[in-house]
Amino acid sequence: MWQIFHKLGSPKWFFGIASKLMPWLLWVGLSLLAAGIVWGLGFAPKDYLQGNSYRIIFIHVPAALLAQSVYMMMAVAGLVTLVWRMKLADVFVRAVAPVGAILTFLALFTGAVWGKPTWGTWWIWDARLTSMLILLFLYFGVMALGAAISDEKSSARAVAVLVLVGVVNIPIIKYSVEWWNTLHQPATFKLTEKPSMPAEMWVPLLLSVLGLYLIFGWLACLRMQTEILVREGRTRWVKELVQARGN
Amino acid sequence: MTTEFTVGLRAPEASVGTATAMKAVFVRDLKTAFRQPQDLLNPLLFFVMVVTLFPLGVSPEVSFLQQAGSGILWVAALLSVLLSLDHLYRHDFDDGTLEQLVLQPQPLFLLVLAKSLAHWVLTGLPLVLLAPVLGVMVHLEGNSVAVLCLTLLIGTPVLSLIGSIGAALTLGLRSAGVLLSLLIIPLYIPVLIFGTGTVMAASEGASVEGQLALMGAFLVLALTLAPFASAAALRISLSNS
Repeated sequence: MWQIFHKLGSPKWFFGIASKLMPWLLWVGLSLLAAGIVWGLGFAPKDYLQGNSYRIIFIHVPAALLAQSVYMMMAVAGLVTLVWRMKLADVFVRAVAPVGAILTFLALFTGAVWGKPTWGTWWIWDARLTSMLILLFLYFGVMALGAAISDEKSSARAVAVLVLVGVVNIPIIKYSVEWWNTLHQPATFKLTEKPSMPAEMWVPLLLSVLGLYLIFGWLACLRMQTEILVREGRTRWVKELVQARGN
Repeated sequence: MTTEFTVGLRAPEASVGTATAMKAVFVRDLKTAFRQPQDLLNPLLFFVMVVTLFPLGVSPEVSFLQQAGSGILWVAALLSVLLSLDHLYRHDFDDGTLEQLVLQPQPLFLLVLAKSLAHWVLTGLPLVLLAPVLGVMVHLEGNSVAVLCLTLLIGTPVLSLIGSIGAALTLGLRSAGVLLSLLIIPLYIPVLIFGTGTVMAASEGASVEGQLALMGAFLVLALTLAPFASAAALRISLSNS
């Protein structure tokens, strides 16, 4: 167990493992996502109420789910950075923060596009929308703080503290936003609830969720590799690697 | 400055109790702040000016102001606490006091707690005292004004405590002010929601005990957790410089 732990701390070991994993993550992920989306967009039955417009769910839900879990993963990595000072954990946080922000934006954007035909408006101050917007702000904060501190070690730990403070606040924000919404106006609109969906709808949804997770794994590996190359640029193995690939 | 040092911070071997050290930090922060009264006044003036902008910018009608008044006051108070946060550690950081504080044998998070409380006494408490005047100016009714002050009284310490984390994280950075706002505003949202929500409920004649209790829970949570995060952030920022 501890040996794996030590290995995990080594950027070189990770770089090798990631290279082997990445094609699998990419191709399996892509084919699952493609299957899910083609099935969902082309063959799944129409929603009796929303017609074809509901089909954006096959992009919207995976993005929203992943946007939230990326922050949770960052929080775990932040804890690892603070407790064990593991470099790779910080590399992970740096690599995925922009990805998380983009996914959050994508979830908000597809939500707006979906909202126009179903709710008749691009944006309402619904509890879910608002808490996603705040999640986007949290991502921006993490990125801004990381960029502002030049020293690598203190930057890593400061970002870790911020991510952890954020993760303690996420449930509080979520519940207070829900409270605020019910306080001002009763929920006029509700998203179609999952259990009420027929299998022809939720199976492709599940496929695209899994696919997007795998593609996220691929992207995280790729971005972590890049970050490692930048950070470890002076070590011998990186120099040898770059020379071997360059020639 | 030297006298404050001897007043505020003794040498480690003097085996000062934690409570004494906290009190010393607290008193020292108040003393140094009162040497620059203008700095104390600025956030208050800012508070008044932001509130003034809303009748001018949106609408001076009584019905609008009654509806939006609690929100306006809360947002203005939040922003003015946010502006004052930069001062929380800045001077101590510049003159090296903060390093001495970190080196004290007493637990750092308790000293940080004392500093945050001093910050609240210097900024949050004056805002609470000023709020009734502005509450009348935005045509809030008597009961609403009282509830507003109560929510500010419970809520502003939370703002100071959470803010101290951001101030500690951005210590010594370029353009720390804007960055600090970016980091902290999302974390302030729950307090804002419950602060204004309570006043709204009060103006509609509903019972507010439950919401005040929740705000109290925020305060307890912030009192117990925030000093740990700020202390950790301070150590990081100091090792950075």
